[in-house]
Amino acid sequence: MKGLKIVVLAKQVPDTRNVGKDAMKADGTVNRAVLPAIFNPEDLNALEQALRLKDKYPGTEITLLTMGPGRAAEIIREGLYRGADNGFLLSDRAFAGSDTLATSYAISQALKKMGNIDIIIAGRQAIDGDTAQVGPQVAEKLAFPQITYAEDIVSAEKGKIIVKRRLERGVETVEGTMPMVVTVNASAPDCRPRNAKFVMKYKHARAVSEMQNADEDYIALHNNRPYLNIGEWSVNDIETKAEELGLSGSPTKVKAIENVVFQAKEAKVLEPTDADMDELMKELIANHTIG
Amino acid sequence: MNNVFVYCEIEEGKIADVSLELLTKGRSLADDLKCDLEAVVIGADLKGVEKQIIPFGVDTVWMADDKRLYPYTTLPHTSIIVKLFQEEKPQIALMGATSIGRDLGPRVSSALHSGLTADCTSLVIGDHEDKKNNKEYKDLLYQIRPAFGGNIVATIINPDCRPQMATVREGVMKKEIRSEAYKGKVKNIEVEKYLNSEDFVVKVIERHMEKSKVNIKNAGIIVAGGYGVGSKENFEKLAELAHVIGGEVGASRAAVDAGYASHERQIGQTGVTVRPKLYIACGISGQIQHTAGMEESSMVIAINTDKNAPINNFADYVITGDIADVIPKMIKKYKENTK
Repeated sequence: MKGLKIVVLAKQVPDTRNVGKDAMKADGTVNRAVLPAIFNPEDLNALEQALRLKDKYPGTEITLLTMGPGRAAEIIREGLYRGADNGFLLSDRAFAGSDTLATSYAISQALKKMGNIDIIIAGRQAIDGDTAQVGPQVAEKLAFPQITYAEDIVSAEKGKIIVKRRLERGVETVEGTMPMVVTVNASAPDCRPRNAKFVMKYKHARAVSEMQNADEDYIALHNNRPYLNIGEWSVNDIETKAEELGLSGSPTKVKAIENVVFQAKEAKVLEPTDADMDELMKELIANHTIG
Repeated sequence: MNNVFVYCEIEEGKIADVSLELLTKGRSLADDLKCDLEAVVIGADLKGVEKQIIPFGVDTVWMADDKRLYPYTTLPHTSIIVKLFQEEKPQIALMGATSIGRDLGPRVSSALHSGLTADCTSLVIGDHEDKKNNKEYKDLLYQIRPAFGGNIVATIINPDCRPQMATVREGVMKKEIRSEAYKGKVKNIEVEKYLNSEDFVVKVIERHMEKSKVNIKNAGIIVAGGYGVGSKENFEKLAELAHVIGGEVGASRAAVDAGYASHERQIGQTGVTVRPKLYIACGISGQIQHTAGMEESSMVIAINTDKNAPINNFADYVITGDIADVIPKMIKKYKENTK
């Protein structure tokens, strides 16, 4: 039997679970440079689902696709260490400022270029935005059906895919046709660890933008071992309309950003009076804690 | 045309609470915009369902009634909503931030090329000046949401694309009937005209749903009581505060042992661990067994008669006083400030 062609969509995200005081710049924007960059957790759950299908259906090929700056190639290497076959980095300043719609447009155009995909698997959402939108929007742009909130891809054979979904108040098993977009919940099994053999094989895997300062020997190594070259596409490598990209392709705009947590953690002592309770409620409403 | 639309989720003939909360918010937005509020229900056996919807101030209920439309699957619901929105051109469309709304919303927004903001905690109408392009916008929907792991709050707008779409989680907005006598009309959607032949490629083959139950684990706001609350009657005051500000009631082990609250509400080492954005600890001393289950709350308000209670070390606000006095004042002041 012929294996499946799977693309896993992954994102490198700032680790918002470990945000320190220096995480915000004076102007209220996020200082991404000081936050550790990690493989988005649910995208790892997605990768594990792909790896399980590869275990089950020999000949399956797993490609990681990520969009981001040059350093996002780190998560492609991480994916290779865990058993993915290859990866692509979609990187261009033209993508900067993209909201979920412009992001899904760029990603779907890259997926169209790849072609012949059976399953696209992504994490349900990324921890820096928590929107859960890119998966379904990619599906719509490719005119693929979608199965979100997946916990287990039970099988994917003879053109049919069966998926168990975890919803707020229960579970559901659905059957659909391939090609299909599946987004995976954190309740799915954790991703397997790195495989020592793959770490040895791929530790020098690099994207083009990481090779800028490489010496001749390093370039020669990559010429001799093509699998060490992580594919990198700029806006010129995929077919796009400029007005659909970046800020101009984004219907949503950020009007204002407010920093809510980094206030002094010293208790404010209030008296049980009408005046103090009034002040408390006004504060809680103003900082969007309630109301 | 150009009205406010709410997509209503339905489970076993009952409109979901989150949808009723959105109808309440939708009504107040429609009042501000001086337009109509319209609801869409897609499912099977919908006869009479409008009675659950219209009292929230709904002027038109759109119903797509077909046995293939329940339980929810993505594509047929998307096809109906996309076509209906193309015809009716809502200025605002709201959905629950549930496994349904967060599945349907992005698909619809992609098809319509409209902006969608997920998990909003506040929605208000306001103006916007685009200084760069020298354009002014009146009456936009400000979609306010936490981002970046809850470390920032962003106000998002969709200046040029319609509808302005947003999802909101259950329990974030208040649910309030406008009038039992409200007059609204029902419009039936001719389902066949809205569906595509390939819309049923995904089938639900098995389904186990539980009735909605106490869910303090995912509550954004928790009002928790300890032994110091003193009585079941006082615990009801906590429940009232929780209801008013959109939270759930939690309890310490001592309060559960005293019979003030049921075990499923217990927070701490032997109960559940919670991480709400607001934790109001009432009459809780703050033993480690309890604080282990709530110390990751974003904000803590401690109400206690003992001004040296250990819970105060976790608190952002300390109120030294009696529950029976403080809680009603909080409710009153919340209501005054949200009018």
